[in-house]
Amino acid sequence: MAFEFELPNPNTQNPQVSLSDADLVRRSASSVPEPAKKLTPVAKLIDVSKCIGCKACQSACLEWNDKRAEVGINVGSYDNPTDLTPEMFTVMRFTEWVNPESQQLEWLIRKDGCMHCEDPGCLKACPAPGAIVQYSNGIVDFVHENCIGCGYCVRGCPFNIPRISRVEDKPKAYKCTLCSDRIAVGQGPACAKACPTHAIVFGTKDEMKKHAEARIEDLKSRGYKNAGLYDPPGVSGTHVMYVLHHADKPEIYANLPKDPKISTVVEIWKGLFKYAGLAAIGGLAAISALHQVVSGANRVSRTDEEKAKRLTEGGNP
Amino acid sequence: MTTITPYDVQPGDKVNRGDPVTVDRHTPFVRVNHWTTAITLILLTLSGLALFHPSLFFLTDVFGGGENARALHPWLGVLMFVSFYGLFFRFWRACQFAAEDGRWLVKMPSFMVSGDEEKMPEVGRFNAGQKMFFWAMAFMLIVMLVTGLGIWDQYFFPYTTIEAKRILVLLHSIFAILAICGVIVHVSMVIWERGTLQAMTRGHVTGGWAWKHHRKWLRELVLGGRS
Repeated sequence: MAFEFELPNPNTQNPQVSLSDADLVRRSASSVPEPAKKLTPVAKLIDVSKCIGCKACQSACLEWNDKRAEVGINVGSYDNPTDLTPEMFTVMRFTEWVNPESQQLEWLIRKDGCMHCEDPGCLKACPAPGAIVQYSNGIVDFVHENCIGCGYCVRGCPFNIPRISRVEDKPKAYKCTLCSDRIAVGQGPACAKACPTHAIVFGTKDEMKKHAEARIEDLKSRGYKNAGLYDPPGVSGTHVMYVLHHADKPEIYANLPKDPKISTVVEIWKGLFKYAGLAAIGGLAAISALHQVVSGANRVSRTDEEKAKRLTEGGNP
Repeated sequence: MTTITPYDVQPGDKVNRGDPVTVDRHTPFVRVNHWTTAITLILLTLSGLALFHPSLFFLTDVFGGGENARALHPWLGVLMFVSFYGLFFRFWRACQFAAEDGRWLVKMPSFMVSGDEEKMPEVGRFNAGQKMFFWAMAFMLIVMLVTGLGIWDQYFFPYTTIEAKRILVLLHSIFAILAICGVIVHVSMVIWERGTLQAMTRGHVTGGWAWKHHRKWLRELVLGGRS
């Protein structure tokens, strides 16, 4: 039987584009009208227990996005490149972890990349109108023509994902697009298409949750009693989710945050203080203007001039 | 006649006898230094506020777009810091607090309403408000420079953690707002006290202005044998 979530081959005859500005639910530093109809939320499910670390997803990502990563060097693990870069939107992070209960070595391989948060910190921090957008299906995308390269998204992200390209003459932020351009024409992400073990699966968020449930049940039956879904509520859930064999300890997977949420500092900076700061400036300017009107000009009088003159002439003012 | 030891008279301060009396207050060098500071501060305010609140993003048009505003802002910041500290090393002695400053501050609120300066203690070259603005700016600009360098990703990205950058950018914006508020009061007082602006444009004030606002300074110039 064919795999349930096998992604279709592209339809090259009259492809229908189903993702446009009309589908935006959030737009950085600006507002968008409520979309007339909302798309079904989508998700990419990464089953860490099924990943064999082949990096086909990395290759597919580079290929589809027409990027070329620099040839790296061996750093003692299979991590290559060692981190996300402006060209490499996804990396496999390899962890050799000794399970304290079984004393078994476990090779944990997590595909890192943008989580497509339902409550995206990058978008909240972004000062450039329309540089970061969120579609009603959950995809968070960077719009490079509006990006000013300030790096505020780097501060906003709870997962340390965006990277600023300094190779081009104008710095811009880059990250995984969830292949929004492929999804717009009814396909799935390039990484999911390329994955040989179906460790990466794409579908509606509900489908993916259901699929994850079956996977978790299977893992539990094989002794992984803490197997679970990573869909962190601190960012209102994500549109990239993980099935983890040790969901109680996400941090063992190359520091996957246990309870990610937008930093309180960022919330203050781009929340309350944004208004308080402008109110302080506006309020003080208003008080100053009012003071000029109420107290009137403070003018030097003729008497002052005469007294100064007498003083300079050695007299008694 | 009492003798007065001038403690805050600047080189170039000079009473010109005549009708009306004029007093040289700021040398051409100080005026250029002041306006360099002022212009960089205005440009910093425009580019900074543009990235601070979305409703002000249009201010990036002044610089030819968001990318230019983002790239220019830190350089302007360094320029303003250097420029302000040019003024700082010129005026820090004259801005030492004096005995009358406490009494002046106590009476300041009622003076702000009445404008009646005869009830105020005589002050030297700078009053307590000006001195407070001076020292506050000196302190805030150090904070702005340090926090600003920490979030200048183009050159200093690897030297601070992302968590540190979040705190630094918040501090940078808090102190920027405070500094802008300080400048609003500074400009507001210049407008309120007519005849003040010409000290920074033409370099001199009238004798009456010095008598009214900085009588101790005028006495120092006349009686201290410096005129």
